[in-house]
Amino acid sequence: MANFHPFVVPFVLGTIGLFIICGYKYVRWIKQFDRKQQKLIKKNMFSTRIFPAIKEMFNECLLHLRITKKNWRLGYMHRSIAFGWFLLIVVGAIESRIGIKGPFHFWCAIFYRFFHHNPPINGTEVFFTQLMDLLLLYVLSGIFLAFVKKIHSRILGMKRTTKHTVMDTTVKVALWSIFPLRLLSESVTARLYANGGFLTQTLGDLFSRPVAQALELPLWSLYSLALCIFFLMLPFTRYMHIFTEVFLIYFRKLGLRDSVKMTGYTKFELSACSRCGMCIDRCPLYNTLDINDVQSVYLLRNLRNLEHHQDILAAGKNCLMCHQCAEDCPVDIDLMSIRRISRDKGDTDMADNYRYLDPVKGFNAIGRVAYFGGCMTQLTPTISESMKAIFEAAGVKYWHLDGDRAICCGRPLMQQGFNKQAADLRRKVSELISSCNATALITSCPICYNTFKHEYHLPIPVYHHTEYIDMLIHSGKLSVNKSDTTFTYHDPCDLGRGTGIYEQPREVLKAIGQLKQISAEKENSVCCGMNLGNTVLSLDQQTKLRDKSLQILTEPNPDVVVTACPMCKKAFKHGTEANVKDIAEVVASSVRNVE
Amino acid sequence: MANFGFTIKKTRSFNLSQADLRKVNKLLEEVPSYRLCIGCGGCTATCSARQFTDFDIRKVHNTFRRGQYDKLAEELRKCMLCGKCTLVCPRGVNLRSLIINMRQLLTPSNETF
Repeated sequence: MANFHPFVVPFVLGTIGLFIICGYKYVRWIKQFDRKQQKLIKKNMFSTRIFPAIKEMFNECLLHLRITKKNWRLGYMHRSIAFGWFLLIVVGAIESRIGIKGPFHFWCAIFYRFFHHNPPINGTEVFFTQLMDLLLLYVLSGIFLAFVKKIHSRILGMKRTTKHTVMDTTVKVALWSIFPLRLLSESVTARLYANGGFLTQTLGDLFSRPVAQALELPLWSLYSLALCIFFLMLPFTRYMHIFTEVFLIYFRKLGLRDSVKMTGYTKFELSACSRCGMCIDRCPLYNTLDINDVQSVYLLRNLRNLEHHQDILAAGKNCLMCHQCAEDCPVDIDLMSIRRISRDKGDTDMADNYRYLDPVKGFNAIGRVAYFGGCMTQLTPTISESMKAIFEAAGVKYWHLDGDRAICCGRPLMQQGFNKQAADLRRKVSELISSCNATALITSCPICYNTFKHEYHLPIPVYHHTEYIDMLIHSGKLSVNKSDTTFTYHDPCDLGRGTGIYEQPREVLKAIGQLKQISAEKENSVCCGMNLGNTVLSLDQQTKLRDKSLQILTEPNPDVVVTACPMCKKAFKHGTEANVKDIAEVVASSVRNVE
Repeated sequence: MANFGFTIKKTRSFNLSQADLRKVNKLLEEVPSYRLCIGCGGCTATCSARQFTDFDIRKVHNTFRRGQYDKLAEELRKCMLCGKCTLVCPRGVNLRSLIINMRQLLTPSNETF
């Protein structure tokens, strides 16, 4: 057979195996989509949403723009391997199509130099030869950086890399050896037939002819074998992310989201995780408490392998749900939803709950705004008092929805995996809010705000009080005195990373005083440690987290540490000499009295 | 006879040495801070569910601790898990964790004992 040599067999088998295994897995997962997800796929499969999806696939799977934005060295590393290899395949395919004589097989593109011994003669061939060498060098630079990262991750800006399983490490060795082997085999062939480019020819000329002759076949065979090992093990290791991310981006653009239970979509997400470990770096549990086996990367791995049931439970439980990892994830996996799925309480969870809320009637609040303090605000009454003062100063008619009796929004239940109970509670609260006919809902608690915003479908607009106060000041309804008081502002997890409200509180604080910058703010704000998401941390551990957060906040020595969450306020209050206040309190104390 | 709102309580004596305390021991293992409980009732006083119904979390966990598990599962469903009890507890008992663990221990399919 022309253009065939037995050494290509491992590669061919590997490729066929790869496609069969991946195909089988993908079909199985797609069958596991729930009804809502299937409907969305059918509806949007061929819509124009495919174009932004293709754009994102190109940007993220190949160019890794999201990582580059966070850390350019790491971005370069990933891009050179992914995009470089992709180009090697594409350009190699074009080159071999042009150059190969006789029957063309798909392996000819991979082992082109072996099957095409003529030195490049015309311009096109010289161009391709040099370009392929350049691309190979590009990929090799990435592999080199990956190697450096393995030895000393800080050079690449990562405090810690993931602890990998034996399987993952084996495949990594296979992947890392592919490109040096390719370089060596092409160089040796270049020595014998003078068909190399600037890199392979130079390197090849270092060998003596007999050595090159002796090494040629073994090297090409090793190259083929390395490819085979990588391809066959890929579907069972983290490298499954290479193909899965493409599908995940497509499904996400079609509008698919995680359900409360494990679905096929979640399976795609689990496999799209490349275990890069970016979720570890800024996890407060790792940074402050040195807990290093519960981070999203490990949870996802355990869930995917469906092993260590106890580990899944333990890792799933021990998380603050502060959204930091979800913010950092370069694949943009919905880590918080997966965390909740891992906490699903199954049988413990029963339908038809909270009947006792049925007789609760909403006040007829037509023309008024409804103020919902939330459970935690009941424990920090100064916040609700300040809000009332602000409403009165601005001439806004309000009704305090949970003034005498607090109703939970359902988020704590949802976070702990009591999904049916949470849904029942949400329905009751939703009915109560709708029945009062208020014009808007204002809440003081970011936890409630996040839930109202994302889980409820209320007929009226929902504002967090920072947003609302900002609106009042901007519209001129509320006038405040500007003083020299200095503030630092703590972004609560659920308000900042949870709902993306960063600017409004800062605008408000700038209107009444001087806002000082702190070292970790906005997306990087450090959780106060009291987040409702965690139920297993001890008080001692929570205190350590709080102190860490406070240390950042009190560093510039502000007059007042301001936060916008009753929970954070409660956490900080007892941990520092500094003055801790909610944003509503500082605004209320600087309201200008209109005579 | 005139009803003055006072009754004689039925005797609630029971034999602690005959109680099945395996679930209790499991609970104490899962939530070690529960050993610190002094039964002050701060949790009940602040309870959100308590503001609507006669749910009494202190009663629930006290009863549980004595190994009397009857009807507790039904009672615990009233809890909204808001976590105020944990915040007000003067002894730092992790009540949310306690409630979640009690619920799971009382679920029939999770019966390991």
